[in-house]
Amino acid sequence: MDRIPLLKIGDFLLVTVQVDMHDRLAVALQDDLTERIVTSRARGVLIDISALDIVDSFIGRMLGNIAAMARILDAETVVVGMQPSVAITLVELGLSLPGIRTALNIDRGMDLLRAAAGEMGATDSDGREAV
Amino acid sequence: MMVVSTHPISEVIQRHENELLADWLRLQNQNLASRRDRISESQLRANSQDFVMGLREAMSVSDSVDTTQPAWARLREILAEFSKQRAALGFSPAETATFVFSFKQALFGKLRQEYGGDPAKFAELTWAATEILDQLGLFTVQVYTKTRESVILRQQQELLELSTPVVELWTGILALPLIGTLDSNRTQVVMQNLLEAIVAKEADLAIIDITGVPTVDTLVAQHLLKTVAAARLMGADCIISGIRPQIAQTIIHLGVDLGAVITKATLADAFRLALKKKNLSIGTR
Repeated sequence: MDRIPLLKIGDFLLVTVQVDMHDRLAVALQDDLTERIVTSRARGVLIDISALDIVDSFIGRMLGNIAAMARILDAETVVVGMQPSVAITLVELGLSLPGIRTALNIDRGMDLLRAAAGEMGATDSDGREAV
Repeated sequence: MMVVSTHPISEVIQRHENELLADWLRLQNQNLASRRDRISESQLRANSQDFVMGLREAMSVSDSVDTTQPAWARLREILAEFSKQRAALGFSPAETATFVFSFKQALFGKLRQEYGGDPAKFAELTWAATEILDQLGLFTVQVYTKTRESVILRQQQELLELSTPVVELWTGILALPLIGTLDSNRTQVVMQNLLEAIVAKEADLAIIDITGVPTVDTLVAQHLLKTVAAARLMGADCIISGIRPQIAQTIIHLGVDLGAVITKATLADAFRLALKKKNLSIGTR
């Protein structure tokens, strides 16, 4: 079965969805990603869906779930490169994904993640000082 | 073998074709008195000739007064062309139909002349002619309306394309000045245009200006919120500007929750905020 590759860049994981996202693939991605976040201690996840033309409610909810799971594992999720038609479809489906951060392209997404990691880093060091 | 019998009306037309045409043209000229400048004499004559000829041919083949029969196809074509032409020339539907109806007077005159001595036959033929000409008259109105409808449809489409421009105010800052009432169709186009512009210009801020939107009801508000949500999904923030006092009141009275959307009273305020968000500023020199 196809797998969606997960690339580690620094503290972040890069997920590029290059194929049609069918339901089993989405479930597999959820498994792989949570696993990788834990083993690689990633602080952020960048999901690039610029090649995705079609979404349904299941995939939309999956994206929301992945972001929520990543947050529990202490990693920020940014979805980047969503196509206009995909955005319209999701909104029409009533899935405006309130918990997910979004960015226009990978560059901007990286900036967002770095800013978020920076904030988290600061609280981290504060925490350590307090101990 | 029996040859299809020609209809008596067709024979009457054939015998008196020139007189009929002359009578009819005179009648039309009276009716058209105020419209003489729109259509030329020769044009009118050509139309009339085509019609009389078509009518005669159709009636020489078909005994039926049902004008949806194939025998009448040619005449219907002539009339359809005529209606379109009249619609384009700016005639009203009534004037277009009168073209056909006015032929009755001329035709009945000739029928009386031929069958005046036989009241039963005269009544029968008059009724047949009335039925046929009424159908044809209504047909012209039908075609006329269809022609007009297609014009309206095209204009609607043009309006749709005209009224939804997306302008780039600054690198990465887009403005979408909305003018006119927002309905579902327009919102769809607006949303699509905005999202495509966001991708094309790599913009991360969009200002939706609703100064030109006359009324905001729950539906319009919902459309706006959808557009904002879709832009956010793509990674762009939206600011809604140009909210007039009455509209602010309406929105609150309707209980519409604009939620986390940033709103500003004027486009200038929204632009200032957008610049601030991008760490830019404009000052005097």
